[in-house]
Amino acid sequence: MNPRLLKPSPRTVPRLIIGAFVLGLLVLAAGKQLPVHLLISDSLVRTGMNGILVLAMVPSIQAGLGLNFGLPVGIICGLIGVLIAVEANVSGLAGLALSVAAAVPLALLAGSVYGRLLNRVKGQEMMVGTYLGFAVVSGMCVFWLIAPFTNPILIWVIGGTGLRYTTSLRHLFGGVLDNAWAFSLWGVKVPTGLLLTFLLACLLVHCHSRTRGGMAMHAAGQNPAFATASGVNTAKARIQGATLSTLLGAIGIIIYAQSFGFLQLYLAPLMMAFPAVAAVLIGGASTRQVTVGNVIIGTLLFQTLLTISLPVAQAVIGSDVTEVIRLIVANGTILYALTRLDGGGQ
Amino acid sequence: MRAPAALRRSTNPGAWSKLAMENPVPVLFLALCLAGVLVAGMHPVFLINEMIGRMARNSFLVLSLIIPVQAGLGLNFGIVLGAMSAQAALAAVTHWQLPGLFGLSLTALLAVPIAVALGAFAGQVLNGARGREMIASMILGFFMNGVYQLVFLFMVGTVIPVQNPVMLLPQGFGLRNTFELTSFKYSLDNLLFVAPGGIAIPLATLAVVTGLCLAMRWLFNTKLGQDLRAVGSEEHVAAVAGLKTNRLRITAVIFSTVLAAWGQIIFLQNIGTVNTYNSHDQTGMFAIAALLVGGATVRRATVGQALLGTFLFHLLFIVSPFAGQRLLGSPQVGEYFRVFIAYGIICIALGLHSWRRR
Repeated sequence: MNPRLLKPSPRTVPRLIIGAFVLGLLVLAAGKQLPVHLLISDSLVRTGMNGILVLAMVPSIQAGLGLNFGLPVGIICGLIGVLIAVEANVSGLAGLALSVAAAVPLALLAGSVYGRLLNRVKGQEMMVGTYLGFAVVSGMCVFWLIAPFTNPILIWVIGGTGLRYTTSLRHLFGGVLDNAWAFSLWGVKVPTGLLLTFLLACLLVHCHSRTRGGMAMHAAGQNPAFATASGVNTAKARIQGATLSTLLGAIGIIIYAQSFGFLQLYLAPLMMAFPAVAAVLIGGASTRQVTVGNVIIGTLLFQTLLTISLPVAQAVIGSDVTEVIRLIVANGTILYALTRLDGGGQ
Repeated sequence: MRAPAALRRSTNPGAWSKLAMENPVPVLFLALCLAGVLVAGMHPVFLINEMIGRMARNSFLVLSLIIPVQAGLGLNFGIVLGAMSAQAALAAVTHWQLPGLFGLSLTALLAVPIAVALGAFAGQVLNGARGREMIASMILGFFMNGVYQLVFLFMVGTVIPVQNPVMLLPQGFGLRNTFELTSFKYSLDNLLFVAPGGIAIPLATLAVVTGLCLAMRWLFNTKLGQDLRAVGSEEHVAAVAGLKTNRLRITAVIFSTVLAAWGQIIFLQNIGTVNTYNSHDQTGMFAIAALLVGGATVRRATVGQALLGTFLFHLLFIVSPFAGQRLLGSPQVGEYFRVFIAYGIICIALGLHSWRRR
């Protein structure tokens, strides 16, 4: 028998614990006669919805920037993309495409600035990233209040200026990916388009890490001195990692918004980096090592846990403990990764 | 440091520009505050009253951050754990209905063992996250917030036998979202209270804050204080010299957590209402922003910087909604702006620090 199975490496510990917990909850749900197929459907939707935001951690970790707590920088770019598409009243897949097309140049620009900043603060990337993300989100709140958008579905009914807290995307492109080629199997509704988009993004990121640029990024992250000696421009590779991560954050929030059906502004993106960070760590990543597989497993486990804990807890103890479970599991996992010796660090 | 040094040589080396060069954050903030005060056009008595009240209410919490900075742990976002201990003690004493200053003193005593236990735990965790203490302490705060909610939302009234319809949710377990500190409200503030010329001065609270400032100064002159500083400036050297660095770092966190608990009690006796699940949310962030505004860095913080920072930060806090109203016709702009300033100042101060250190 493979000895690794008997003695799990510390990186797989969260995955094993959460996996066992999810399995236990599923058994409990079946025992309590809950509609398990609906729970699995919801879990699949939420996995696809959050997947690309989690994927955004990959380039950041690979390039040695650690967990990208500055994810809101990319999220804001994506939100602006959606706003532009809604303002222009473009619906369906075209609207989604326009959102992405508008967000990409913004994200590339913001990401390269973000990367340059992170190069200046080596060793404190995660801390500076966190607070940069917070500052950008709260600074953009002022922008949302005075932004020059005019589409009545975006702005407050009273007063005539300022964007609303939430805007429904139902009549534009809410759910276009979720419903594309969707089918039911044993009562489980599979959001094919959404999952394919997520897997395609995973494939692209995986392929990128096999290219010359991706290898250079990886080398810069693993051993900067060695990478420099081999002729890799580490500073440039790190900027590339931050840019890619920001880009994925922007696309990720667009996919999230279309699946959720609502565009959420103001303080909604403030804490969005934390569940994404937790998911990738649950999947088995560390602050220095990550694979696309970690993203897929981690998102699936974490989102399934969040989806099924609500009805199961409701049925078993009669109250909603989801928020508490989310706080403890997500932050407990992050804390575990930060305090582990092989977690790396400068 | 290369760029600022070169700049300093090329400009007129006057005292003011030198001061600005060496303390960019407080000087920038002072300018921002002055502009805000001018734009807002507020009544000076109102402004002075607000400032004294806020200084009395918030200084203690900001001061609680100093010891871990000196001990090399950076900014302790984990003071939220202290705030949680304070709220646990406040809930207990409110439940027992112990009135006034006696109740408040008992709360302060009761908070100590909880804060010591949580501080020791936090210290252990931060020792395991060397070099990443700040982000770890922040995540620890979020994590403990989950544990806090688990205890007060689900275990009070079920596992912990409490029956009190005033404090519990209608379902019979879990604390309500808010509880009033009717008998405590202002019990410290009103102990020695003067109001010359319409300006309210809570002398007792200010005396407690002054006492802490003096105690802090005294601490850093004792053997323990010197040891803490030694660990903070050069941990390897301190270890070679025979200091138990791990234990000293934990001690620093315990001190900070206990002081933060007392700080939160002072804060809440002035507010008068406890938001069971929110009062501690922003404690760490606002205190840290205030300390950094005063010119402190991740590795150096003084009592003076803490007081100056509290003053400047809260001045902007009062002024910005009024300034936003005057400039853009919307107080909301000012409110978001001050949140932006709080986050932005932490980001800039952290960034400037790691930039210069290289």
